[in-house]
Amino acid sequence: MEDVDGNAIGGLLHDVFGADMTMATGVCRTCATASLVAEFAVYRRAPGVVVRCPACSSVSMVMVRKRGMTCTDLTGLSDLR
Amino acid sequence: MEGTAVQRRLTWLAATVAEVTEETPRARTLSLAAPGWPGHRAGQHLEVRLTAEDGYQASREYSIASAPGEPVAITVERLDDGEVSPYLTGEIRVGDELEVRGPIGGYFVWEPADGGPLMLIAGGSGVVPLRAILRHRQRSGSAVPARLLYSSRTVDDVIYAAELGQPSAGQEVTLTLTRQQPPGWSGRRGRVDGAMLRETGWPAADGPIAYVCGPTSFVETVAAGLTGLGYPAERVKTERFGATGGP
Repeated sequence: MEDVDGNAIGGLLHDVFGADMTMATGVCRTCATASLVAEFAVYRRAPGVVVRCPACSSVSMVMVRKRGMTCTDLTGLSDLR
Repeated sequence: MEGTAVQRRLTWLAATVAEVTEETPRARTLSLAAPGWPGHRAGQHLEVRLTAEDGYQASREYSIASAPGEPVAITVERLDDGEVSPYLTGEIRVGDELEVRGPIGGYFVWEPADGGPLMLIAGGSGVVPLRAILRHRQRSGSAVPARLLYSSRTVDDVIYAAELGQPSAGQEVTLTLTRQQPPGWSGRRGRVDGAMLRETGWPAADGPIAYVCGPTSFVETVAAGLTGLGYPAERVKTERFGATGGP
């Protein structure tokens, strides 16, 4: 599956955060660029979902769904609000 | 979050296929009866979940094809190696049931109050959310003028061809066919580039707001072309999908 953007994982993010996150702003820990979640690059080829900074392509978020649980790694972001 | 009146969980709703419209040999629109659907804005998504007899479940997000106030509908293009789309474009019939939840997303959304003029640019099935925006514009009585530039491989791949062939007042549609043109084709041909955007789009001085939806490479090219024409980046909203290949 080719890459998409944060619009395509609105449902998954809603499950994790309990609200629409596509309009939230995430700040990349690597390059400090602030972007709307909708604009992040999203790769769904992996077993989970990998979200990368649209400016520098650093990994921002990783989410893996298994047995009804979603494990979320946000360490690539310095801020998300 | 700002823009979300009430925070709520997304819950699965039972929906029934109320109407099936064949759009192209590979794409069809499913209009759904979904009691309890909370309504949606133009450009939002929903998630569809199918459950097999053995309990296996698969879900996918699709753009909503209908305007706010209309029965919720999706237009699905068949992916030959897909898990969900072959069923939705092939086997499903009126009266069949599936589950939906939504609406999802707040970024790639247009409201009449957002103004315009509207520059809508679609690659392939990226036209789906833009069609919802065009219908919302018309149904809401918005006076905002709208232009749609729609890139498709061949004339047979044009989704909503009949509807787009009879644009409402204040709406202009330009088709470009990238792969094959029928004999006597007087429309545009070839991929969307800076020159085509300049010739078919609103000048930046008119203060347009642009919505670009299509495969990732298409969206990147178009967004760069629009900013090159002077469109401010924050007035160019983009939605990339990779699943249906290039236009």
